[in-house]
Amino acid sequence: MSKILIIAEHAEGKLNAGVSKTVAAAKGIGGDIHIAVLAADPAGVAAEAAKLDGVAKVITVANPANANPVAAVLAPQIVELAKDGYSHVLFPGGTFGKDLAPRVAAKLDVHQVSDIMAVHSATSFDRPTYAGNAITTVEAPAGIIVATVRLASFTAVGAGNSAAVEAATVSATLPSHTRYVKLEAQKSERPDLQSAARVVSGGRALGSSENFKVVYDFADKIGAGVGASRAAVDSGYVPNDMQVGQTGKIIAPELYFAVGISGAIQHLAGIKDARTIVAINKDPEAPIFEVADFGLVGDLFQVLPEMTSKL
Amino acid sequence: MKALVSVKRVVDYNVRIQVKSDGSGVVTDGVKHSMNPFDEIAMEEAVRLKEKGKITEIIAVTIGGAKGEETLRTALAFGADRAIHIKDDGEIQPLTAAKALAAAMKKEDAKVLLCGKQAIDDDANQTAQMVASLLDIAQATFASKVEIDGDKATVVREVDAGLETLEVDLPAVISADLRLNEPRYLKLPDIMKAKKKPIETVSLGDLGVTLAAGLKTTKTAPPPSRSKGVMVKTVDELVDALKAKGLL
Repeated sequence: MSKILIIAEHAEGKLNAGVSKTVAAAKGIGGDIHIAVLAADPAGVAAEAAKLDGVAKVITVANPANANPVAAVLAPQIVELAKDGYSHVLFPGGTFGKDLAPRVAAKLDVHQVSDIMAVHSATSFDRPTYAGNAITTVEAPAGIIVATVRLASFTAVGAGNSAAVEAATVSATLPSHTRYVKLEAQKSERPDLQSAARVVSGGRALGSSENFKVVYDFADKIGAGVGASRAAVDSGYVPNDMQVGQTGKIIAPELYFAVGISGAIQHLAGIKDARTIVAINKDPEAPIFEVADFGLVGDLFQVLPEMTSKL
Repeated sequence: MKALVSVKRVVDYNVRIQVKSDGSGVVTDGVKHSMNPFDEIAMEEAVRLKEKGKITEIIAVTIGGAKGEETLRTALAFGADRAIHIKDDGEIQPLTAAKALAAAMKKEDAKVLLCGKQAIDDDANQTAQMVASLLDIAQATFASKVEIDGDKATVVREVDAGLETLEVDLPAVISADLRLNEPRYLKLPDIMKAKKKPIETVSLGDLGVTLAAGLKTTKTAPPPSRSKGVMVKTVDELVDALKAKGLL
C-alpha cells in the first residue's frame, strides 16, 4: 500500500489552498496520506492541514530556519522525512513545489514526475507537455516517487477532518549558502487567482495600467479575481504575479473572462481547464474566440462598464 | 570567473504541435527546431554579465544527438567563447541531464550555471534544481533580475506571491524566467564568427554518467478539445446567457 507524504506550502501562518488539491491527487493514488509542515512555528498551519479530508497524520518540523520557503534549506529535511517508508512525496505544483521538488528528487536519486494532471495508478500518471498541447501518460520506475501536482486538474477536498498532529525532529545539516532577503507581494483584497471561482483577465488592448480600472471595477462587481495576459504584464500594466498562462498561473475557474486578449497559445495553456470561457475582443478573428464558450465582438471600454452597470 | 550555460534544442515555439495518431509521441521529423527560448534568455544574461565584467568566460553546453551542434553554434553566435557537446542519441531525462551538467560544472570549475527555467518540449522544470542539489550548491530559479558581486549573487525570482529576492553564494545555479531580459537579434558577422569557435565533444561516459531508465512514456494524446461556443451580439444577450447557465 502507498504511503504518501505531502509537503505543505504556506505563508504568513496560513496553509496554501493548493495543498488541499494535492490531497485530492493523493486520494487518487490511495493509501496513508500524511502532510508535513516545515515552518518556524507550524502549529497554525498544521491545525488547518489536519482538517483536510483523507489525511491520516500531520507531521510538523519546527525550526527558525524554516521561516521562509528556501528550497536548499527545506530539501535536506524533506529527504530525511521521506526515508520513513514513504512511497510518494507530493508537492503542490506552484512555484514553491516546482522550485523544491527536483532538489528533493535529485538527493533521493530518483526521476521526478512534474505536473500530475490525472492518476491512473500508484505509478502511472498523465502530465502535460508542449504547453499542454500533448498529454503524456508516464510510468514511474520502481522506488520512491517524487512529483508535483497540477493544481488546476484537481478539486479541493473537504475540511471536516481532525487528523493527529505529531512533532518530528530531523537531523539534517542545513546549508548557509542561500539567504532569503525579501518578498515583494501585491496586497490584494480580491479573491486569489488560483482558487477564485470567477476570474477576469485583461490583455494588451487595455493599453495602460490606469485603463485596467475597467477590469477591476467589473471584477469587483462579480467578486472575481483579476489576471492578465503575458503582453499586459510585459507592458508593465500589472505586476507579474497576475500573469495567467503557460509560464504564469494555470487556473481553472468556473467562469473566465478574457478581455482584450487575443488568445496566444501561451495564454490558452493557462485557462484550458476553465469551465466557461467568455471572450470580449474587438477583433472578430482573434484566436480566443476559437476556445470561448461565449464570444462578444466589441470595444472593451464600452462593453465592460455596460456589464458592470447591468449586474 | 567561468559561467556554464546549458542550452537545449527543442521544437520551435511557433510550431503547432501534432500528436502522432498512434499515440507514440509528437511529430518532430521535418519540423523546425531552435534553441529553447528560456535558454536563449539565460545565454543573453551570461553575455550581459560578461560585458559588465562579472564573468570572464562563457561555455555553452548541450546534451543530445548530432543536431545539437546547431544549437551550440547559436549559443556561440550569442557570445559564448566555446562549447561542449555531450553527445548521446538516447532519451535524456532531467536527472541524467543534471548529472552530466553537474559533472561538466565541476570539470570546468564554473562558478555559475545559467539555464532556462524549463524546456518548452517536456516542460519538466527540474534540471537546474537537480544540478544544484547534486552539487550541494545554491539555486535561484525563475530569475527576473541577476546581480553578481564578487562571490555572491543577488537574484530576484518570479514566484506565485510576487517577487522574491535571494542572496546566494557562488557557485550557484540560476534559472531564467521570461522577464530576465530580451535576447539580442543575432547579426550575420557573429553567426560567421561562431563557425570558427571550438566545440569539444564528450560522451556521458566521459563525464562518469550512465544513461539510466527513467520515466517511461506509455502514451501521448492530444488534449481534449473544447466545443465551439456561441457568438453573442450585445451585452444584454451575454448577461442573459450567463444568467441562464447560473454563472452570474
